[in-house]
Amino acid sequence: MTVVATETSTTGLLGPIGHRMPPIMALSAGVAPDLLLRAKRRLLQMHYESGVGHIGGNLSSLDILMTLYHGVLRPEDAFVLSKGHSAGALYVTLWSTGALCEEDLKLFHKDGTRLSGHPPVQGIPEILFATGSLGHGLSLASGLALARKLKREPGRVFCLMSDGEWNEGSNWEALIFLKHHQLDNLTLIVDLNGLQGMGRTCDVADIAPLTSKFRSFGLSAVEVDGHDCAALAGVLERRETEPMAIVARTIKGHGVSFMEDRFDWHYLPLQKEQYREALLELTTKCAMHSAGPS
Amino acid sequence: MRHAFCRTLLEFSSNREFIFLTGDLGYMALEPLREAMDRRFINAGVAEQNMVGVAAGLAKGGLRPWAYSIAPFLYARAFEHIRNDVCLHHLPVVLAGNGGGYGYGVMGGSHHALEDYGVLLSLPNMRAYVPAFDSDVQHMIRHLMTVDHPAYLRLGLSEQPAWLQPEPYAPWRRILPGNGPTAVFAGPLVGRSIDAIRQSGLNADVWLVSELPFGQPPPEFLSSIRRSGYLLAVEEHVAAGGLGQMLAHALLKAGVCPGRFVHRSALGYVSGLYGSQKFHREECGLDPASIVAELGRPVFQ
Repeated sequence: MTVVATETSTTGLLGPIGHRMPPIMALSAGVAPDLLLRAKRRLLQMHYESGVGHIGGNLSSLDILMTLYHGVLRPEDAFVLSKGHSAGALYVTLWSTGALCEEDLKLFHKDGTRLSGHPPVQGIPEILFATGSLGHGLSLASGLALARKLKREPGRVFCLMSDGEWNEGSNWEALIFLKHHQLDNLTLIVDLNGLQGMGRTCDVADIAPLTSKFRSFGLSAVEVDGHDCAALAGVLERRETEPMAIVARTIKGHGVSFMEDRFDWHYLPLQKEQYREALLELTTKCAMHSAGPS
Repeated sequence: MRHAFCRTLLEFSSNREFIFLTGDLGYMALEPLREAMDRRFINAGVAEQNMVGVAAGLAKGGLRPWAYSIAPFLYARAFEHIRNDVCLHHLPVVLAGNGGGYGYGVMGGSHHALEDYGVLLSLPNMRAYVPAFDSDVQHMIRHLMTVDHPAYLRLGLSEQPAWLQPEPYAPWRRILPGNGPTAVFAGPLVGRSIDAIRQSGLNADVWLVSELPFGQPPPEFLSSIRRSGYLLAVEEHVAAGGLGQMLAHALLKAGVCPGRFVHRSALGYVSGLYGSQKFHREECGLDPASIVAELGRPVFQ
């Protein structure tokens, strides 16, 4: 369990109403390692076979998506992928739940596919919105959450965002709105991999520290290791009295050492040798993890 | 029209699916609606992008949201949210923009809506409703509460002359029958113009279009053009994407070619000076005197 709160701010570990956050206990064991490995391998395969980039941001999101779809999301819940460029990770996650089939993944990014490079408008009931332009998902998720409240319906809404996406002004509009309307059925998750289109987020338009910014807007905000599925499940299952922000510290290209923390992998497709090397490394790491102490 | 707008929306205030969002506008007009709708009247603040995105989310959640603001703040500021969030997903969100054309007069260019329906009608599934009279607003709102597509309602100021009793609402109406030149209008400016046309003795055949886009115009309208050999199209909107271009396209498809086709449209800021709606209309030749003068020209001049 590696929920962390390393960010220094005037509130430190104190929440917005002045109490210390309770220690976060993993309520779920997280995603089974073999299932996660299969998903990661399938993600690499899909991107390799289709010659598609964006693999870095997909690998940084996959653990979060797998955790959401394997144990957190319930039938009455909704999910919005605001960082639409991680569509590949979402498709593979939906494949792992049986919502998409092998044939779907084989056609990813090809003519006549259901799976466009960013989430499609229609055809996949689990995908509610065709995102891809950043700064849309949080408002859409707020609308879904508000609709549930107005209709007195149960269910939570989760929205996965990128960190670079917080350059978009519309997200700050949404933040004001969702707090003002006290959308405590909404949880936003930031995939904080620290890299965006042409460089590090701190070099492009520094928005750190995000967690304390969320707290200053009145949200309940926590940080978590975005590659620790048990810790992720713990915070995702929590329900606060305030709208919740989860800042998930991630590594772009996570699990493949030559991709990790390299923004080139926002764009580059995998070459054959790179693909083989990546698969081998993922498999070896997983085997070591399984053999090690739990 | 804002009062007709509020009054008619009040009829639906108890409909639990109806949600009204405003971008912090509607002072001295929408207060009764706010009172009646309580939590379902949402002042989304001065944040139009978020307001439209939230409206799309509400619609996806099974509700029927309306989003209101000064027209350009809505269609121009939040354009991508309208395009991606609402129109791509074919969601029944109604965008109500106040101040069509030069409606905000001397308030300046930032407040004018000169390209609103042209821009919006380039988007999938969108339909635009352009009322000319207060009674049109009433009819349109009742209709819009039943539609399953995105819609834009362009509000202005009714200029209906006291003598005019227009036909019951329809997307196309012949509002002043005549055997002279054929004219077609979109929007409230038809009110003052029709007054001048009636007094001119030109005996013009005047039509009004209130919903865009349209398919084939009515046969009676096509017959009128064949008979007169002349068509004047008038709108308080730029030429690009407007009524005039739609008509030219429809007439070509129908094989109807008037000897003279004149399109009067918004021309922006002709002198670089600012003034009332009347001032800007005069600069663009959209005022009643200019329209009557145009209608009086011989067909093949």
